[in-house]
Amino acid sequence: MLCESCNEREATVHLTQVVEGSVKKIHLCEECAAKSGLDLQGPISITDILLGMGGGKVDSMAEDRSCARCHLRRSDFKKTGRLGCPSCYETFASELAPLVKAMHRSEQHTGKVPAGESLRVRMTAAVAVLQQQLEQAVAAEDYETAARLRDQIAGWRSKAAEDAKQP
Amino acid sequence: MKTDMTVDDLLKQQGAWLAPGEDSGIVVSSRARLARNLKESAFPGWAGEEECERILAEILPAVEACAALQPCFVLNMSALDPLDKQILFERHLVSREHAERGRGSALVARRDETIAIMVNEEDHLRLQAIRPGLGVREAWQVIDAVDSEIEKTIRYAFSPKLGYLTACPTNVGTGLRASVMVHVPGLVLMNEINPIIKGVSKIGLAVRGLWGEGTEAIGNMFQISNQISLGEKEERIVGSIEQIVLEIVEHEKNARERLMEKKGSVVRDHVGRAYGILSHAHILSSKEALDLLSGLRLGLDLGILKAKNRQAVDALLLTTQPGHLQKTQGRKLRTRDRDLARAQRVRQQLVRAGVGMVEEKKKE
Repeated sequence: MLCESCNEREATVHLTQVVEGSVKKIHLCEECAAKSGLDLQGPISITDILLGMGGGKVDSMAEDRSCARCHLRRSDFKKTGRLGCPSCYETFASELAPLVKAMHRSEQHTGKVPAGESLRVRMTAAVAVLQQQLEQAVAAEDYETAARLRDQIAGWRSKAAEDAKQP
Repeated sequence: MKTDMTVDDLLKQQGAWLAPGEDSGIVVSSRARLARNLKESAFPGWAGEEECERILAEILPAVEACAALQPCFVLNMSALDPLDKQILFERHLVSREHAERGRGSALVARRDETIAIMVNEEDHLRLQAIRPGLGVREAWQVIDAVDSEIEKTIRYAFSPKLGYLTACPTNVGTGLRASVMVHVPGLVLMNEINPIIKGVSKIGLAVRGLWGEGTEAIGNMFQISNQISLGEKEERIVGSIEQIVLEIVEHEKNARERLMEKKGSVVRDHVGRAYGILSHAHILSSKEALDLLSGLRLGLDLGILKAKNRQAVDALLLTTQPGHLQKTQGRKLRTRDRDLARAQRVRQQLVRAGVGMVEEKKKE
Protein backbone atom coordinates (compact mmCIF):
# COMPACT_ATOMS: atom_id res chain seq x y z
CA MET A 1 0.00 0.00 0.00
CA LEU A 2 1.34 3.44 -0.94
CA CYS A 3 1.39 6.47 1.33
CA GLU A 4 -1.75 8.54 0.87
CA SER A 5 0.18 11.76 1.21
CA CYS A 6 3.17 11.39 -1.15
CA ASN A 7 1.99 8.37 -3.14
CA GLU A 8 5.62 7.29 -3.44
CA ARG A 9 6.76 5.37 -0.42
CA GLU A 10 5.26 2.31 1.24
CA ALA A 11 2.71 3.21 3.95
CA THR A 12 3.81 1.81 7.29
CA VAL A 13 1.81 4.05 9.63
CA HIS A 14 -1.85 3.17 9.84
CA LEU A 15 -4.04 5.51 11.80
CA THR A 16 -7.61 5.09 12.80
CA GLN A 17 -9.35 8.33 13.69
CA VAL A 18 -12.84 8.99 14.83
CA VAL A 19 -14.02 12.20 13.16
CA GLU A 20 -17.49 13.39 14.08
CA GLY A 21 -18.57 9.92 14.97
CA SER A 22 -17.37 8.16 11.83
CA VAL A 23 -14.23 6.02 11.69
CA LYS A 24 -11.60 7.14 9.20
CA LYS A 25 -8.45 5.20 8.29
CA ILE A 26 -5.31 6.97 7.12
CA HIS A 27 -2.23 5.25 5.69
CA LEU A 28 1.07 7.14 5.64
CA CYS A 29 4.77 6.50 5.20
CA GLU A 30 6.99 7.27 8.17
CA GLU A 31 8.37 10.46 6.62
CA CYS A 32 5.00 12.01 5.87
CA ALA A 33 3.69 10.92 9.27
CA ALA A 34 6.61 12.66 10.98
CA LYS A 35 6.01 15.78 8.83
CA SER A 36 2.40 15.93 9.88
CA GLY A 37 3.57 16.06 13.47
CA LEU A 38 2.57 12.59 14.59
CA ASP A 39 4.58 11.29 17.49
CA LEU A 40 5.32 7.68 16.60
CA GLN A 41 7.52 6.95 19.57
CA GLY A 42 5.09 6.48 22.40
CA PRO A 43 1.62 5.05 22.37
CA ILE A 44 -1.05 7.70 22.87
CA SER A 45 -1.97 7.70 26.53
CA ILE A 46 -5.51 8.05 27.78
CA THR A 47 -4.43 11.11 29.78
CA ASP A 48 -3.43 12.83 26.53
CA ILE A 49 -6.88 12.29 25.21
CA LEU A 50 -8.76 13.18 28.36
CA LEU A 51 -6.58 16.02 29.60
CA GLY A 52 -6.35 17.27 26.04
CA MET A 53 -10.08 17.79 25.98
CA GLY A 54 -10.76 21.38 26.96
CA GLY A 55 -7.35 21.51 28.56
CA GLY A 56 -6.24 24.36 26.30
CA LYS A 57 -7.81 26.92 28.60
CA VAL A 58 -5.65 25.94 31.54
CA ASP A 59 -2.51 25.71 29.40
CA SER A 60 -2.94 29.18 27.95
CA MET A 61 -3.11 30.60 31.45
CA ALA A 62 0.31 29.02 31.91
CA GLU A 63 -0.87 27.54 35.14
CA ASP A 64 1.54 24.67 35.59
CA ARG A 65 1.05 23.81 39.22
CA SER A 66 3.37 21.35 40.93
CA CYS A 67 3.05 18.94 43.84
CA ALA A 68 4.48 20.42 47.02
CA ARG A 69 5.70 17.01 48.13
CA CYS A 70 7.39 15.56 45.04
CA HIS A 71 7.51 18.62 42.69
CA LEU A 72 5.84 16.81 39.78
CA ARG A 73 4.24 19.41 37.52
CA ARG A 74 0.87 19.13 35.85
CA SER A 75 2.69 19.12 32.50
CA ASP A 76 4.85 16.17 33.64
CA PHE A 77 1.72 14.17 34.38
CA LYS A 78 0.22 15.13 31.04
CA LYS A 79 3.36 13.94 29.28
CA THR A 80 3.78 10.57 31.03
CA GLY A 81 0.32 9.76 32.37
CA ARG A 82 1.99 8.85 35.67
CA LEU A 83 1.76 10.71 38.97
CA GLY A 84 4.78 11.44 41.15
CA CYS A 85 3.65 10.41 44.62
CA PRO A 86 0.49 9.63 46.62
CA SER A 87 0.09 13.33 47.49
CA CYS A 88 -0.30 14.17 43.80
CA TYR A 89 -3.83 12.81 44.09
CA GLU A 90 -4.64 15.77 46.36
CA THR A 91 -2.60 18.32 44.43
CA PHE A 92 -4.26 17.51 41.14
CA ALA A 93 -7.62 16.43 42.54
CA SER A 94 -9.62 18.76 40.27
CA GLU A 95 -7.95 17.47 37.07
CA LEU A 96 -8.01 13.86 38.22
CA ALA A 97 -11.68 13.67 39.21
CA PRO A 98 -13.14 13.69 35.65
CA LEU A 99 -10.28 11.49 34.43
CA VAL A 100 -10.89 8.85 37.10
CA LYS A 101 -14.61 8.96 36.49
CA ALA A 102 -14.17 8.47 32.74
CA MET A 103 -11.79 5.56 33.28
CA HIS A 104 -13.68 3.71 35.98
CA ARG A 105 -17.27 4.95 35.68
CA SER A 106 -17.11 5.44 39.43
CA GLU A 107 -15.62 7.81 41.98
CA GLN A 108 -15.78 5.77 45.15
CA HIS A 109 -13.67 2.80 46.23
CA THR A 110 -15.77 -0.03 47.68
CA GLY A 111 -13.19 -2.79 48.01
CA LYS A 112 -10.51 -3.85 50.48
CA VAL A 113 -9.30 -1.45 53.17
CA PRO A 114 -5.95 -1.97 54.94
CA ALA A 115 -6.61 -3.35 58.43
CA GLY A 116 -4.12 -0.90 59.90
CA GLU A 117 -5.97 2.22 58.69
CA SER A 118 -7.51 4.55 61.27
CA LEU A 119 -11.10 4.02 62.36
CA ARG A 120 -12.09 7.23 60.57
CA VAL A 121 -10.73 5.95 57.24
CA ARG A 122 -12.31 2.53 57.69
CA MET A 123 -15.60 4.19 58.61
CA THR A 124 -15.56 6.43 55.53
CA ALA A 125 -14.90 3.45 53.26
CA ALA A 126 -17.51 1.24 54.91
CA VAL A 127 -20.16 3.95 54.86
CA ALA A 128 -19.52 4.55 51.15
CA VAL A 129 -20.32 0.90 50.42
CA LEU A 130 -23.39 0.88 52.67
CA GLN A 131 -24.62 4.12 51.15
CA GLN A 132 -24.48 2.52 47.69
CA GLN A 133 -26.43 -0.51 48.91
CA LEU A 134 -28.90 1.78 50.62
CA GLU A 135 -29.60 3.65 47.38
CA GLN A 136 -30.15 0.33 45.60
CA ALA A 137 -32.48 -0.88 48.33
CA VAL A 138 -34.52 2.31 48.21
CA ALA A 139 -34.71 2.14 44.42
CA ALA A 140 -35.98 -1.44 44.73
CA GLU A 141 -38.47 -0.32 47.41
CA ASP A 142 -36.93 -2.83 49.81
CA TYR A 143 -37.46 -0.68 52.89
CA GLU A 144 -36.66 -3.41 55.39
CA THR A 145 -33.14 -3.73 54.02
CA ALA A 146 -32.88 0.05 53.72
CA ALA A 147 -33.68 0.49 57.41
CA ARG A 148 -31.10 -2.11 58.38
CA LEU A 149 -28.46 -0.39 56.24
CA ARG A 150 -29.32 2.99 57.72
CA ASP A 151 -28.76 1.56 61.20
CA GLN A 152 -25.41 0.17 60.17
CA ILE A 153 -24.33 3.53 58.77
CA ALA A 154 -25.40 5.26 61.99
CA GLY A 155 -23.51 2.63 63.97
CA TRP A 156 -20.26 3.33 62.11
CA ARG A 157 -20.68 7.08 62.49
CA SER A 158 -21.28 7.01 66.23
CA LYS A 159 -18.36 4.61 66.71
CA ALA A 160 -16.09 7.00 64.82
CA ALA A 161 -17.45 10.01 66.72
CA GLU A 162 -16.80 8.33 70.07
CA ASP A 163 -13.32 7.40 68.94
CA ALA A 164 -12.64 11.02 67.96
CA LYS A 165 -13.51 12.15 71.50
CA GLN A 166 -10.80 9.97 72.99
CA PRO A 167 -7.60 11.91 73.57
CA MET B 1 13.21 -18.53 54.30
CA LYS B 2 15.11 -16.99 51.45
CA THR B 3 16.83 -19.48 49.18
CA ASP B 4 19.35 -19.17 46.36
CA MET B 5 17.91 -19.48 42.92
CA THR B 6 19.32 -18.47 39.58
CA VAL B 7 17.53 -17.97 36.29
CA ASP B 8 19.24 -21.18 35.13
CA ASP B 9 17.52 -23.06 37.96
CA LEU B 10 14.16 -21.79 36.77
CA LEU B 11 14.65 -23.52 33.43
CA LYS B 12 14.68 -26.88 35.19
CA GLN B 13 11.05 -26.47 36.18
CA GLN B 14 7.88 -25.96 34.22
CA GLY B 15 6.40 -22.45 34.39
CA ALA B 16 3.59 -22.07 36.94
CA TRP B 17 1.10 -21.22 34.22
CA LEU B 18 1.77 -24.39 32.27
CA ALA B 19 0.85 -26.99 34.85
CA PRO B 20 -2.30 -28.87 33.85
CA GLY B 21 -5.42 -27.28 35.28
CA GLU B 22 -9.15 -27.66 34.93
CA ASP B 23 -10.29 -27.28 31.33
CA SER B 24 -6.63 -26.64 30.50
CA GLY B 25 -7.21 -27.24 26.81
CA ILE B 26 -9.20 -24.02 26.57
CA VAL B 27 -8.35 -22.05 29.71
CA VAL B 28 -4.57 -21.93 29.87
CA SER B 29 -3.97 -19.92 33.04
CA SER B 30 -5.35 -17.32 35.46
CA ARG B 31 -3.68 -14.43 37.21
CA ALA B 32 -4.48 -11.79 39.82
CA ARG B 33 -2.24 -8.83 40.51
CA LEU B 34 -2.43 -6.02 43.05
CA ALA B 35 -0.74 -2.62 42.73
CA ARG B 36 0.42 -1.15 46.04
CA ASN B 37 2.52 1.83 47.10
CA LEU B 38 4.20 3.16 50.22
CA LYS B 39 2.44 6.07 51.86
CA GLU B 40 5.45 8.31 52.23
CA SER B 41 7.50 7.79 49.05
CA ALA B 42 7.53 9.00 45.46
CA PHE B 43 6.40 6.44 42.88
CA PRO B 44 9.31 4.51 41.27
CA GLY B 45 9.10 6.25 37.88
CA TRP B 46 9.52 9.66 39.52
CA ALA B 47 11.76 8.72 42.45
CA GLY B 48 15.15 8.27 40.79
CA GLU B 49 17.54 5.37 41.31
CA GLU B 50 18.87 6.25 44.74
CA GLU B 51 15.41 6.76 46.20
CA CYS B 52 14.32 3.47 44.60
CA GLU B 53 17.21 1.68 46.30
CA ARG B 54 16.13 3.10 49.64
CA ILE B 55 12.52 2.03 48.99
CA LEU B 56 13.67 -1.45 47.96
CA ALA B 57 15.68 -1.77 51.18
CA GLU B 58 12.58 -0.77 53.15
CA ILE B 59 10.24 -3.16 51.34
CA LEU B 60 12.42 -6.23 50.95
CA PRO B 61 12.46 -7.47 54.59
CA ALA B 62 8.65 -7.29 54.82
CA VAL B 63 8.17 -9.15 51.55
CA GLU B 64 10.84 -11.79 52.17
CA ALA B 65 9.29 -12.62 55.54
CA CYS B 66 5.86 -13.27 54.06
CA ALA B 67 4.83 -16.82 55.02
CA ALA B 68 2.76 -17.52 51.89
CA LEU B 69 5.82 -16.80 49.77
CA GLN B 70 8.03 -19.51 51.26
CA PRO B 71 10.36 -20.82 50.08
CA CYS B 72 11.21 -17.70 48.11
CA PHE B 73 14.06 -16.25 46.09
CA VAL B 74 15.13 -12.68 45.32
CA LEU B 75 16.66 -11.40 42.10
CA ASN B 76 17.93 -7.84 41.80
CA MET B 77 17.19 -6.49 38.34
CA SER B 78 20.60 -4.77 38.25
CA ALA B 79 22.36 -8.13 38.60
CA LEU B 80 20.67 -9.71 35.59
CA ASP B 81 21.75 -9.65 31.96
CA PRO B 82 19.20 -8.97 29.18
CA LEU B 83 18.80 -12.68 28.42
CA ASP B 84 17.97 -13.54 32.05
CA LYS B 85 15.42 -10.73 32.08
CA GLN B 86 13.90 -12.02 28.87
CA ILE B 87 13.47 -15.45 30.50
CA LEU B 88 11.68 -13.92 33.50
CA PHE B 89 9.43 -12.02 31.10
CA GLU B 90 8.59 -15.11 29.06
CA ARG B 91 7.72 -16.96 32.28
CA HIS B 92 5.31 -14.13 33.24
CA LEU B 93 7.35 -13.41 36.38
CA VAL B 94 8.10 -9.81 35.38
CA SER B 95 6.53 -7.35 32.95
CA ARG B 96 8.29 -5.90 29.91
CA GLU B 97 8.58 -2.61 31.83
CA HIS B 98 10.19 -4.31 34.84
CA ALA B 99 12.65 -6.18 32.62
CA GLU B 100 14.00 -2.82 31.48
CA ARG B 101 14.69 -1.68 35.02
CA GLY B 102 18.00 -1.98 36.86
CA ARG B 103 19.21 -0.50 40.16
CA GLY B 104 16.58 -0.30 42.86
CA SER B 105 14.22 -2.86 41.31
CA ALA B 106 13.85 -6.52 42.20
CA LEU B 107 11.77 -9.65 41.80
CA VAL B 108 10.78 -11.69 44.85
CA ALA B 109 9.04 -14.95 44.00
CA ARG B 110 8.03 -18.27 45.41
CA ARG B 111 10.34 -21.01 44.14
CA ASP B 112 7.45 -22.72 42.36
CA GLU B 113 6.71 -19.41 40.52
CA THR B 114 3.06 -19.31 41.65
CA ILE B 115 3.59 -15.97 43.41
CA ALA B 116 5.77 -13.20 42.02
CA ILE B 117 6.31 -9.75 43.47
CA MET B 118 7.86 -6.97 41.44
CA VAL B 119 9.40 -4.29 43.60
CA ASN B 120 9.64 -0.84 42.00
CA GLU B 121 8.02 -1.48 38.67
CA GLU B 122 5.48 1.24 37.86
CA ASP B 123 4.32 0.98 41.47
CA HIS B 124 6.37 0.14 44.56
CA LEU B 125 4.75 -3.27 44.74
CA ARG B 126 3.08 -5.40 42.13
CA LEU B 127 1.89 -8.60 43.75
CA GLN B 128 0.91 -11.42 41.42
CA ALA B 129 -0.47 -14.93 41.86
CA ILE B 130 -0.78 -17.29 38.94
CA ARG B 131 -2.79 -20.50 38.62
CA PRO B 132 -3.06 -23.01 35.80
CA GLY B 133 -6.48 -23.36 34.15
CA LEU B 134 -9.46 -21.40 35.44
CA GLY B 135 -8.34 -20.36 38.90
CA VAL B 136 -8.76 -16.61 38.97
CA ARG B 137 -10.69 -16.76 42.26
CA GLU B 138 -7.98 -18.83 43.94
CA ALA B 139 -5.33 -16.50 42.51
CA TRP B 140 -7.14 -13.55 44.07
CA GLN B 141 -7.45 -15.32 47.44
CA VAL B 142 -3.75 -16.19 47.46
CA ILE B 143 -2.62 -12.67 46.61
CA ASP B 144 -5.13 -11.12 49.02
CA ALA B 145 -3.53 -13.14 51.84
CA VAL B 146 -0.02 -12.07 50.78
CA ASP B 147 -1.18 -8.45 50.67
CA SER B 148 -2.77 -8.64 54.13
CA GLU B 149 0.46 -10.03 55.53
CA ILE B 150 2.62 -7.31 53.96
CA GLU B 151 0.32 -4.48 55.13
CA LYS B 152 1.03 -5.47 58.74
CA THR B 153 4.54 -4.09 58.28
CA ILE B 154 4.19 -1.59 55.44
CA ARG B 155 1.94 1.46 55.48
CA TYR B 156 0.23 1.63 52.09
CA ALA B 157 -0.89 4.79 50.30
CA PHE B 158 -4.67 4.62 50.66
CA SER B 159 -7.51 7.11 50.39
CA PRO B 160 -11.02 6.31 51.64
CA LYS B 161 -12.42 7.71 48.40
CA LEU B 162 -9.99 6.48 45.74
CA GLY B 163 -8.79 3.35 47.53
CA TYR B 164 -5.21 2.20 46.96
CA LEU B 165 -3.28 5.00 45.24
CA THR B 166 -1.19 4.05 42.22
CA ALA B 167 1.26 5.78 39.87
CA CYS B 168 -1.25 5.58 37.04
CA PRO B 169 -4.87 6.56 37.74
CA THR B 170 -6.04 3.58 35.65
CA ASN B 171 -5.15 1.29 38.58
CA VAL B 172 -6.55 3.17 41.59
CA GLY B 173 -9.20 1.66 43.81
CA THR B 174 -8.63 -2.03 44.32
CA GLY B 175 -5.36 -1.99 42.34
CA LEU B 176 -6.57 -5.35 41.08
CA ARG B 177 -6.14 -6.71 37.63
CA ALA B 178 -7.52 -10.20 37.19
CA SER B 179 -6.80 -11.94 33.92
CA VAL B 180 -7.40 -15.27 32.26
CA MET B 181 -5.66 -16.65 29.21
CA VAL B 182 -7.80 -18.67 26.83
CA HIS B 183 -6.96 -20.75 23.76
CA VAL B 184 -9.89 -20.49 21.36
CA PRO B 185 -8.99 -21.86 17.91
CA GLY B 186 -12.57 -23.04 17.37
CA LEU B 187 -13.97 -19.52 17.60
CA VAL B 188 -11.21 -18.18 15.36
CA LEU B 189 -11.74 -20.90 12.72
CA MET B 190 -15.49 -20.31 12.79
CA ASN B 191 -14.96 -16.53 12.43
CA GLU B 192 -16.84 -15.96 15.66
CA ILE B 193 -14.11 -14.37 17.74
CA ASN B 194 -14.65 -10.72 16.73
CA PRO B 195 -18.20 -10.37 18.05
CA ILE B 196 -17.01 -11.95 21.28
CA ILE B 197 -14.11 -9.52 21.62
CA LYS B 198 -16.51 -6.64 20.95
CA GLY B 199 -19.03 -7.92 23.48
CA VAL B 200 -16.36 -8.43 26.14
CA SER B 201 -15.01 -4.89 25.60
CA LYS B 202 -18.50 -3.48 25.97
CA ILE B 203 -18.85 -4.72 29.52
CA GLY B 204 -15.61 -3.07 30.59
CA LEU B 205 -13.23 -5.97 30.15
CA ALA B 206 -10.14 -5.91 27.93
CA VAL B 207 -8.95 -8.53 25.46
CA ARG B 208 -5.24 -8.65 24.79
CA GLY B 209 -2.55 -10.90 23.35
CA LEU B 210 -0.52 -13.59 25.07
CA TRP B 211 2.02 -11.36 26.80
CA GLY B 212 -0.35 -8.63 27.96
CA GLU B 213 -0.58 -4.98 27.13
CA GLY B 214 0.32 -4.03 23.59
CA THR B 215 0.94 -7.58 22.42
CA GLU B 216 -0.70 -9.25 19.49
CA ALA B 217 -2.91 -12.29 19.80
CA ILE B 218 -0.90 -15.10 18.29
CA GLY B 219 -1.54 -18.80 18.39
CA ASN B 220 -5.25 -18.13 19.02
CA MET B 221 -4.46 -17.14 22.61
CA PHE B 222 -6.28 -14.24 24.20
CA GLN B 223 -6.03 -12.67 27.62
CA ILE B 224 -9.20 -11.35 29.19
CA SER B 225 -8.88 -8.87 32.05
CA ASN B 226 -10.76 -6.14 33.90
CA GLN B 227 -10.18 -2.52 32.85
CA ILE B 228 -11.99 -0.97 35.76
CA SER B 229 -10.41 -1.19 39.20
CA LEU B 230 -12.38 1.43 41.12
CA GLY B 231 -15.96 1.20 42.38
CA GLU B 232 -16.40 -2.55 42.48
CA LYS B 233 -15.45 -5.02 45.16
CA GLU B 234 -12.58 -7.40 44.38
CA GLU B 235 -14.83 -10.47 44.56
CA ARG B 236 -17.15 -8.93 42.02
CA ILE B 237 -14.35 -8.08 39.59
CA VAL B 238 -13.05 -11.63 39.86
CA GLY B 239 -16.56 -13.06 39.62
CA SER B 240 -17.41 -11.23 36.40
CA ILE B 241 -14.17 -12.36 34.74
CA GLU B 242 -14.86 -15.93 35.82
CA GLN B 243 -18.40 -15.79 34.48
CA ILE B 244 -17.33 -14.38 31.10
CA VAL B 245 -14.58 -16.97 30.76
CA LEU B 246 -17.02 -19.80 31.48
CA GLU B 247 -19.26 -18.40 28.76
CA ILE B 248 -16.36 -18.20 26.31
CA VAL B 249 -15.43 -21.81 27.16
CA GLU B 250 -18.99 -22.86 26.31
CA HIS B 251 -18.87 -20.91 23.04
CA GLU B 252 -15.53 -22.49 22.18
CA LYS B 253 -16.76 -26.01 22.93
CA ASN B 254 -19.83 -25.34 20.86
CA ALA B 255 -17.76 -23.95 17.98
CA ARG B 256 -15.52 -27.02 18.09
CA GLU B 257 -18.52 -29.34 17.94
CA ARG B 258 -19.99 -27.53 14.96
CA LEU B 259 -16.58 -27.47 13.29
CA MET B 260 -16.26 -31.24 13.57
CA GLU B 261 -19.81 -31.75 12.39
CA LYS B 262 -19.73 -29.45 9.38
CA LYS B 263 -16.08 -29.24 8.47
CA GLY B 264 -14.57 -32.39 10.00
CA SER B 265 -12.16 -32.99 7.15
CA VAL B 266 -11.06 -29.33 7.12
CA VAL B 267 -10.24 -29.52 10.84
CA ARG B 268 -8.39 -32.85 10.40
CA ASP B 269 -6.45 -31.29 7.55
CA HIS B 270 -5.63 -28.19 9.63
CA VAL B 271 -4.45 -30.32 12.56
CA GLY B 272 -2.60 -32.78 10.34
CA ARG B 273 -0.74 -30.00 8.55
CA ALA B 274 0.23 -28.36 11.84
CA TYR B 275 1.54 -31.71 13.12
CA GLY B 276 3.29 -32.42 9.80
CA ILE B 277 5.11 -29.10 9.67
CA LEU B 278 6.04 -29.10 13.36
CA SER B 279 7.46 -32.61 13.20
CA HIS B 280 9.45 -32.07 9.99
CA ALA B 281 10.30 -28.38 9.64
CA HIS B 282 13.89 -27.20 10.00
CA ILE B 283 13.19 -23.48 10.20
CA LEU B 284 10.44 -22.16 12.47
CA SER B 285 9.78 -18.55 13.45
CA SER B 286 8.36 -17.84 16.88
CA LYS B 287 4.99 -16.78 15.47
CA GLU B 288 4.72 -19.75 13.11
CA ALA B 289 5.55 -22.13 15.94
CA LEU B 290 2.84 -20.68 18.21
CA ASP B 291 0.27 -20.72 15.41
CA LEU B 292 1.03 -24.35 14.56
CA LEU B 293 1.15 -25.38 18.23
CA SER B 294 -2.36 -24.00 18.47
CA GLY B 295 -3.45 -26.45 15.73
CA LEU B 296 -1.60 -29.26 17.46
CA ARG B 297 -3.24 -28.55 20.83
CA LEU B 298 -6.64 -28.39 19.16
CA GLY B 299 -5.96 -31.78 17.60
CA LEU B 300 -5.09 -33.22 21.01
CA ASP B 301 -8.21 -31.71 22.61
CA LEU B 302 -10.41 -33.16 19.86
CA GLY B 303 -8.79 -36.59 19.84
CA ILE B 304 -7.52 -36.20 16.27
CA LEU B 305 -4.03 -36.49 17.72
CA LYS B 306 -2.82 -38.44 20.72
CA ALA B 307 0.12 -37.82 23.04
CA LYS B 308 1.68 -39.98 25.73
CA ASN B 309 2.72 -36.82 27.53
CA ARG B 310 0.47 -33.83 26.91
CA GLN B 311 2.42 -31.61 29.30
CA ALA B 312 5.54 -32.03 27.19
CA VAL B 313 3.60 -30.57 24.25
CA ASP B 314 2.30 -27.61 26.26
CA ALA B 315 5.81 -26.95 27.56
CA LEU B 316 6.78 -25.98 24.00
CA LEU B 317 4.69 -22.80 24.34
CA LEU B 318 7.41 -21.61 26.69
CA THR B 319 10.56 -23.41 25.59
CA THR B 320 10.29 -22.22 21.98
CA GLN B 321 10.37 -18.57 23.09
CA PRO B 322 13.53 -16.66 22.07
CA GLY B 323 14.95 -16.26 25.58
CA HIS B 324 14.44 -19.89 26.58
CA LEU B 325 15.94 -21.14 23.32
CA GLN B 326 19.07 -19.05 23.72
CA LYS B 327 19.50 -19.88 27.39
CA THR B 328 19.41 -23.63 26.77
CA GLN B 329 21.78 -23.26 23.83
CA GLY B 330 24.04 -21.34 26.18
CA ARG B 331 24.63 -18.43 23.82
CA LYS B 332 23.03 -15.51 22.04
CA LEU B 333 21.57 -16.57 18.70
CA ARG B 334 20.68 -14.52 15.66
CA THR B 335 17.10 -14.76 14.44
CA ARG B 336 17.99 -17.27 11.73
CA ASP B 337 19.87 -19.53 14.15
CA ARG B 338 17.03 -19.28 16.62
CA ASP B 339 14.58 -20.48 13.97
CA LEU B 340 16.83 -23.48 13.29
CA ALA B 341 17.20 -24.27 17.00
CA ARG B 342 13.45 -23.85 17.54
CA ALA B 343 12.55 -26.30 14.76
CA GLN B 344 15.01 -28.84 16.15
CA ARG B 345 13.63 -28.53 19.66
CA VAL B 346 10.06 -28.95 18.44
CA ARG B 347 10.93 -32.04 16.37
CA GLN B 348 12.71 -33.70 19.30
CA GLN B 349 10.05 -32.77 21.83
CA LEU B 350 7.19 -34.12 19.74
CA VAL B 351 8.96 -37.50 19.56
CA ARG B 352 9.60 -37.37 23.31
CA ALA B 353 5.95 -36.51 24.01
CA GLY B 354 4.87 -39.46 21.85
CA VAL B 355 2.59 -37.45 19.57
CA GLY B 356 0.86 -39.29 16.74
CA MET B 357 -2.26 -39.21 14.57
CA VAL B 358 -5.31 -41.19 15.66
CA GLU B 359 -6.71 -43.21 12.78
CA GLU B 360 -10.15 -42.02 11.77
CA LYS B 361 -12.79 -44.65 12.40
CA LYS B 362 -14.38 -45.85 9.19
CA LYS B 363 -18.08 -45.14 9.03
CA GLU B 364 -20.15 -48.31 8.58
